[in-house]
Amino acid sequence: MTTRLTEPDARGSVRPAAARPARSYRSMGIGGALVAVLAASLVLAVTIGPAQIGVGAVWQSIAAHLGLGTSTLPLTEDAIVWNLRLPRALVAAFVGAALALCGVVMQAVTRNPLADPYLLGLSSGASVGAVSVIVLGWAVALPLAAFGGSLAALALTVVLAGAFGAAYTLSPSRIILAGIAVSAAFSALTSVVIFWSTTGDSFREILGWLLGSIAGATWASVAIVGVAFLVVGVPLMLGANVLDAFAFGDDDARALGVNVARARWTLLAATALLTGAAVAVSGAIGFVGLIVPHAVRMVTGHHNRALLPLSALVGAILLTWADTLARTAFDPRELPVGIVTALIGAPVFAVLLVRAKRLT
Amino acid sequence: MTINMTPHVPVPIEAAAPLPATDTTARSTRSSATPPTEPPAVRSATPALRVDELTFRRSGRLIVDDVDCTVAAGAIGAVVGPNGAGKSTLLHLIAGILTSDSGSALLAGESIMHLPRRERAKRIALTAQRVEGEVDLTVTDVVLLARIPHIPRLSSPSVHDHEVVAAALQRVGAAQFTDRRFGELSGGERQRVLLARALAQEPTLLLLDEPTNHLDIRAQLETLAVMRSLASDGLTILAVLHDLAAAAAHADTVIVLDEGRVVAAGPPTSTLTPQLIADVYGVRADVLTAPDGRPVIAFAPLTGA
Repeated sequence: MTTRLTEPDARGSVRPAAARPARSYRSMGIGGALVAVLAASLVLAVTIGPAQIGVGAVWQSIAAHLGLGTSTLPLTEDAIVWNLRLPRALVAAFVGAALALCGVVMQAVTRNPLADPYLLGLSSGASVGAVSVIVLGWAVALPLAAFGGSLAALALTVVLAGAFGAAYTLSPSRIILAGIAVSAAFSALTSVVIFWSTTGDSFREILGWLLGSIAGATWASVAIVGVAFLVVGVPLMLGANVLDAFAFGDDDARALGVNVARARWTLLAATALLTGAAVAVSGAIGFVGLIVPHAVRMVTGHHNRALLPLSALVGAILLTWADTLARTAFDPRELPVGIVTALIGAPVFAVLLVRAKRLT
Repeated sequence: MTINMTPHVPVPIEAAAPLPATDTTARSTRSSATPPTEPPAVRSATPALRVDELTFRRSGRLIVDDVDCTVAAGAIGAVVGPNGAGKSTLLHLIAGILTSDSGSALLAGESIMHLPRRERAKRIALTAQRVEGEVDLTVTDVVLLARIPHIPRLSSPSVHDHEVVAAALQRVGAAQFTDRRFGELSGGERQRVLLARALAQEPTLLLLDEPTNHLDIRAQLETLAVMRSLASDGLTILAVLHDLAAAAAHADTVIVLDEGRVVAAGPPTSTLTPQLIADVYGVRADVLTAPDGRPVIAFAPLTGA
């Protein structure tokens, strides 16, 4: 019985030449090209800045620190590459990849094309957590606080959307409305915290969280978001099948043997963890999770197996360049990168809204 | 064509031919008067699907009420009944998407409720009546969804999975639109793709919720022909059909539901009687007999409506 479908059928028609469709090779090709673009972007981003540093110097510094050679660079130049610009570029790439992945997963799980960590309140929740520990002076607990805040925001959003009630299914429009409400509430909470502690350094730091900035990136930040990406993001990419199962709705996913409640919570908790890690090192950066998946879909289609890794790559490239722009455009002053992504993202978001309206 | 006259309606087509041995008096006996009996063909073999006293309540209201039915391996069972009779709910219960309050459903003697989810999805495929929302996946990707229970967690579809998908699309005659977007297909094309998807699950039981809905007559007959050819390969099929004529002409077993209860079950000749149609649907119908012995139903227009 189980092999019947692949045998030549009785009417003598030819056995379909199936194997892997050409499309997967195309996606792999695009993926390979994007990996190369990302590597080039990271190196170029490190060379760009007030101090002139060549590509060769970047390689030399990296090789020396990885124990693959000796560096003849002046110490300041080496420090600029290794201690300032490289961790910053890597954090930007990891954060961009993480946010784009979160966007794909949330859009699939909620079946709403407008879902992203920012709109569903996760970023606001994480910001409350981060801002609170900064004010309290417990900066060590920052990643945990950001994750806790983002998980709390997610839980509130889902509860508000009514997923706990008798309703078996999560309504795509209700979850966005709930996300907006939760987002507003958490932003208000952040404002309260700021209002009570408008003194000196913590104020500047807090403003950084709110606008989204990678200026303070260190190797510790790389470790936080990098580990989160490897531990959570990579399994998410491998679990694309389950994400696809939501395409026809919850009942259909159940018919395909998916434990819908468990899968949804696992996937959303994973996005909360990734968002928490991203916010912990970069504050609340909007629109990456929203626009990157849509842009990639236009090229690859809606199949999550290709969409997830390609979105992660495009998100990484986008944020690497957005951050480079943020720190160089108005040199010596620096823009929070969240402003750059918002400037790119807002018009794209408007276009999506118009398109979504036409579809319904 | 042999015509069976029903007592209260004039002969509609041509002069009455001699009545066959199984005459209308026997066939118009209300089946619900006696407990639903298994058709002789089914009794000999173990039924592939056996539903026992299945009951389901929603908000305190009985939707499926003590339903018993069986479908033999390789047979087509049709669930018919008025709107709101619990037909879709019955399919969802058998598919394990809903959990029954009591009773059981057995697939080849094994309790469906106790199968692990993925195992259940390898044996039972359900094609839903409606597709909610936009689906922007390509046809191949839609059919590839069927392989989810077969693909180990955290791994990709294999070459074999792609072969099964291509074969399923071929089988339903949808091989020519594999790269089109599902959302752009016509109603008939969608039904075919959904049928291919169900096949690609490689199930032993196929549950179809109104597979001929919104199809033109050619597409309906094609779907029914595919169903028959699948059944003759050993697949057991249970389909909700709104069209009694289609059920009469194509099903091996008809299960008539009314307000959640089985009011008749068995071969079309013993279930789709004028009396039963009048009782369940409140319409008058002539039941004729086609040369192959299957009933042909002709409905009388409603008067004064």
